Amino acid sequence: MYRSHVLVCGGTGCTSSGSAKVIESLEKELAEQGLSEEIKVIRTGCFGLCSMGPIMIVYPDGSFYSGVQTEDIPEIVTEHLLKGRPVKRLLYQETVEEDVIKSLNQTDFYRKQKRVALRNCGVINPENIEEYIAYDGYEALGKVLTEYTPEQVIQIILDSGLRGRGGAGFPTGLKWKFAAANKADQKYVCCNADEGDPGAFMDRSVLEGDPHSVIEAMAIAGYAIGASQGYVYVRAEYPIAVKRLSIAITQAREYGLLGKNIFGTGFDFDVDIRLGAGAFVCGEETALMTSIEGKRGEPRPRPPFPALKGLFGKPTILNNVETLANIAQIILKGPEWFASMGTEKSKGTKVFALGGKINNTGLVEIPMGTTLREIVEDIGGGIPNGKKFKAAQTGGPSGGCIPEAHLDVPIDYDNLTAIGAMMGSGGLIIMDEDNCMVDIAKFFLEFTVDESCGKCTPCRVGTKRLLELLDKITSGNGELEDIDRLEELCYYIKNNSLCALGQTAPNPVLSTLKYFRDEYVAHVVEKRCPAGVCKGLLSFEIVADKCKGCTKCARNCPVGAISGSVRQPHVIDKAKCIKCGACMDNCAFHAIVKK
Amino acid sequence: MKNKLEVVPFVDSPEKRAELMELIESNKHVPGALVQVLQKAQLIYGYLPMEVQITIAEGLDVSLEEVYGVVTFYSFFSTVPKGKYRISVCLGTACYVKGSQALLDELEKQLGIKNGSLTSDGKFSLDACRCVGACGLAPVMMINDDVYGKLVPEDIAGILAKYAE
Repeated sequence: MYRSHVLVCGGTGCTSSGSAKVIESLEKELAEQGLSEEIKVIRTGCFGLCSMGPIMIVYPDGSFYSGVQTEDIPEIVTEHLLKGRPVKRLLYQETVEEDVIKSLNQTDFYRKQKRVALRNCGVINPENIEEYIAYDGYEALGKVLTEYTPEQVIQIILDSGLRGRGGAGFPTGLKWKFAAANKADQKYVCCNADEGDPGAFMDRSVLEGDPHSVIEAMAIAGYAIGASQGYVYVRAEYPIAVKRLSIAITQAREYGLLGKNIFGTGFDFDVDIRLGAGAFVCGEETALMTSIEGKRGEPRPRPPFPALKGLFGKPTILNNVETLANIAQIILKGPEWFASMGTEKSKGTKVFALGGKINNTGLVEIPMGTTLREIVEDIGGGIPNGKKFKAAQTGGPSGGCIPEAHLDVPIDYDNLTAIGAMMGSGGLIIMDEDNCMVDIAKFFLEFTVDESCGKCTPCRVGTKRLLELLDKITSGNGELEDIDRLEELCYYIKNNSLCALGQTAPNPVLSTLKYFRDEYVAHVVEKRCPAGVCKGLLSFEIVADKCKGCTKCARNCPVGAISGSVRQPHVIDKAKCIKCGACMDNCAFHAIVKK
Repeated sequence: MKNKLEVVPFVDSPEKRAELMELIESNKHVPGALVQVLQKAQLIYGYLPMEVQITIAEGLDVSLEEVYGVVTFYSFFSTVPKGKYRISVCLGTACYVKGSQALLDELEKQLGIKNGSLTSDGKFSLDACRCVGACGLAPVMMINDDVYGKLVPEDIAGILAKYAE
């Protein structure tokens, strides 16, 4: 029996901030002070507030420490764990009020969240199956196997209104129903954990913080469609997630929750891991299955859909990690409970990876129908350094940018599509006035050009031509007609590409053209980048009134582009200037401006 | 996918060769094992030179072009050796909007090499990567397994110095 539990986040974000060393020194300090028998240290999954890591929470009182460093550990152990006085200086500042210490759920970051898929992340030790079981783990699987027929399970998922969290939002129950209807000697359940959208990390956090929830849901899906084998396709770039998932599978087998004759019901199901090898297109379902088969992960035309002919030519369902993380809760709490959250056509909650120019970066899970403004301003804590919000990017390289005018739109699949963005897997990157929207469109196109598998021409050649046009515009050689050409080409690529990668690749261009056309025009007509990002369009000028003629800029210019006499205002020869910015960095009087 | 010329001669060792042969043997009759075999082979050798690809093709009884096709398709596989210290700068969206391009530029300047190459002493290799998943710490770079977050270009020189020996 321990009198206190200390939970330290062992997710990738906090591990990167040094939480492994914090745990090590905490255990050492506890041993030295003779508290090892009284206080238990647990390495959990992600708490969500990654920017404040490493994060540590002390129970039973629930004190929330953020940014914990190894040198703070002796003080925390002596003061808090031994004498029972929380070290206020090191607590997450928002939780500290004059006399009381607020609980985590009362802070701005957590108050508006509702954790369903992330329910166990940051709560249990993901490497211990018993902790998962203590939180109703595998109860849903037991219930399904002993009380429901496969048809009833599918009906429950259909009634819940759950839609795929990987991006497209296809009803999960329908997918299961199709696969269940096809007769075959072997069927497969696949889990898509190839989180390719740069800037999204919710699937990784679920696998790191609650791997059993995914395994349990795969077994339930296997029962529903009549499959006995599952594969989790996970990125090799996620070593912690792969490790915890392997441990979880081994433990589930030891407990008889995977393998032959589960719960004595005669149902067999097992799960294996397949590692991805870094190809964005493998997030597409047919490409992913080709990759599991050990080949180049190229997509193929549909139909036939995977529900009929998928992995190794057999009926297969593919669900995203976050989708699966909801399944057990739906079984236990009922479809009505799930359907009571969210909007008319989008039920439940959605996890977003909040990043970019925002104060509280990290993972947030909100009920569908929450507005972007609530996420940005309330949960995210606004934009740092007093800058102005410019756009929110959702859906990664397949999505679009949402301007301030649409911040009050309730988030759901259909609303986001209607305003030219998309739900996507849940990457949510905030941009401020210092980000150039043409440059962002170019950034995403560089990504798609890199990641296009090359199988179909509209995507392989089309995205390359799009990128060339954007290059032309950002380097200052654009013409007005180029903007029309961009648009025309976008629609061509959308309508003619083989898979979703190509069909959605033009979205970043289309959405920025729709909402930030004036920036494109400024680049083309005025040869100016309003945000001051595109190097080819920058020009440096000396403000004569502010220049003291100290000659420092001229001495630091690597190409001798600055001239002027001592104590007289200097000038920059724009023909010679290479736009390195050395003059501006060295000017003590802020007399040099970038335009 | 860029073609890279192999400039470093391939050096084999009996231990590594034995490990590779054992790996091939245990996967010989597993359907769809190619990607997994390549992943493990890259762990053994650090990269996948042509000699290793040929051995795998012969061992698994698939054509060399199929092996080469798979190796060049996935960014995780490398046909050239990496440095003793592998630097990867994250160019995922969250890092990019927070200025990770400037970090890459600074590294190219300090190391005197371009993105995707190796210093002549074999010490550092520099690559841009897509999202290490530490978006809360953006902009981020990794040197081997160490993650450095919330960086500005001025931090680079100090970090490189740690690996100077």
